[in-house]
Amino acid sequence: MSNELNTMPWIVWVILIPLIGAMLCFMWPRRGKLLGMITTLITGFTAFMLYLQLLDHGVIRYALGGWGAPLGIDLYADGLSVLMLLMTALVGLGVSLYGVGYFKQDGENPAGFWPLWLLMWAGLNGLFLAGDVFNLYVTLELLGLSAVALVALAGSKEALSAAMRYLLVSLLGSLCYLLGVVLLYHAYGTVDIQLLGALVNSNPATYGALGLMVTAMMLKSALFPLHFWLPPAHASAPAPISALLSALVVKASFYLLLRLWFDVFPAVTTVDIGLVLGTLGAAAILWGSIQALRQTRLKLLVAYSTVAQLGYLFLPFALLSPIAWQGGVYLMLSHALAKAAMFMAAGNILKYGGHDRIADLDRVAQRLPITMTAFCLAGVSLMGLPPSGGFIAKWLLLEAALTHNQWVWAAVMIIGGLLAAGYVFKVVGYAFTKADSPHDARPVPLTMEWAALGLAAGAIILGLNAHYPLALLDIGKPFAGMSP
Amino acid sequence: MTLSVLYALAGVGLFVLALHGLIVHAHLLRKVLALNIMGSGVFLIMVALARRATEAPDPVPHAMVITGIVVAVSATALALVLLLRLKEVTGRTELDEDQTPS
Repeated sequence: MSNELNTMPWIVWVILIPLIGAMLCFMWPRRGKLLGMITTLITGFTAFMLYLQLLDHGVIRYALGGWGAPLGIDLYADGLSVLMLLMTALVGLGVSLYGVGYFKQDGENPAGFWPLWLLMWAGLNGLFLAGDVFNLYVTLELLGLSAVALVALAGSKEALSAAMRYLLVSLLGSLCYLLGVVLLYHAYGTVDIQLLGALVNSNPATYGALGLMVTAMMLKSALFPLHFWLPPAHASAPAPISALLSALVVKASFYLLLRLWFDVFPAVTTVDIGLVLGTLGAAAILWGSIQALRQTRLKLLVAYSTVAQLGYLFLPFALLSPIAWQGGVYLMLSHALAKAAMFMAAGNILKYGGHDRIADLDRVAQRLPITMTAFCLAGVSLMGLPPSGGFIAKWLLLEAALTHNQWVWAAVMIIGGLLAAGYVFKVVGYAFTKADSPHDARPVPLTMEWAALGLAAGAIILGLNAHYPLALLDIGKPFAGMSP
Repeated sequence: MTLSVLYALAGVGLFVLALHGLIVHAHLLRKVLALNIMGSGVFLIMVALARRATEAPDPVPHAMVITGIVVAVSATALALVLLLRLKEVTGRTELDEDQTPS
């Protein structure tokens, strides 16, 4: 790598490029597809360059405008944040390719998709790189507002209601979080994450902030029983947007929770709070999976599966071991790829048949073989079968549970896996057979089929190369602050 | 009790009152207004607590409040547009209790 490339502030460009792209797409909506695709590629490239920079230099801190903390705004990149950036770039590439095919047909509104999606990408990247809790608030709102607008894009009655509900929940969460920020600033006079981490001690303001912020993030990450808004919002959005919401947006608030848990509040978090989060996670796994099994509509089934899979992310809070955290983060990666692929496959099926009633699926496997392969590969990862990324993640979680003799958690994970197999096979079974009311197949663009397959294959490949992401996670040791 | 603590407590009162309003009112315009009042409560707390002891007021919370107001304005605008579209399509200004898309 040449010297200029190595010293470029990629950490800034990775936020600015999608922002600029969003503006351009907004100004020239007719060129949206081309501009959007170019922006996608350049953003992916900058994220990769930041990754190389991180490997060279270790943790990166960048003072915007040269002001520096405590007065200015700092950007901060460690292994975890770069891993999230790369995950976003990978899913983003798939979604952009899919979007090119999806919004080609009439009846869809392509003008809104590109600027909003790129704006959301800028928000995501900004959130992963924010170095202070107030900046996290701003990026969280940027993300939430663009996500709501994307849900409303479909324009149907269901989509508008779901978007409205999502907006109310999202704003409520953000305001609770903001109140937490206010309390922290009042108590410690700074919003910088690392300074706060060193100062935080047990006093009423800290506990108030902890309670408000953790609740806000539970609401935004749709942790059971605060998941009520997720299935309608994710199921009624257009397919590429469902993929984005399930794969990335809920992960962003989970990432924020991780940052708070390990960097801001390590001095005051207790085993009990972790146990509560873990228990809610376990309840989410069971409840979400059972609800998914009961659904008769494909997209709702996939959305409830997201509720269940998000539950796994909260198990490490109770398992209390570094291996469990690795498993949690790995599940986040593999779920992002697998669920994006699954929503895309569901979108293809919806496009091809004009409906998504599971029982009326008419010979999908024979007529859309690539899509069905993608669906099955994604299902393999969700169930946690080898050699997928989901398998590695659940293996790490199970190992953490079994080495400490925490059999209950292990049992929940295994039951969750079986239920996942149940709802995946429910779809696969109907896909092979002829429906009672056979119908003609509408053509599905090949880019949409291959985008889904590419991401699903990514979820499998993730299982074969577990070493790289886990090594990246060690840079900056985000999980160093935890109790053994 | 100093004046700034009084303001801060008033802010907390606004926040809680608006949270109650957000939950109990079905009309969406009321919900949007409730969220705005919640935001004002947070801003009031922020500005009130910026005044510490005898020193000059801390400017950082003021900067945050201005950023917060910008965010609140954009969020309200989006909420109102959504509300209008929802009224256009469904003829109602409330959300259904039943959440499953039919």
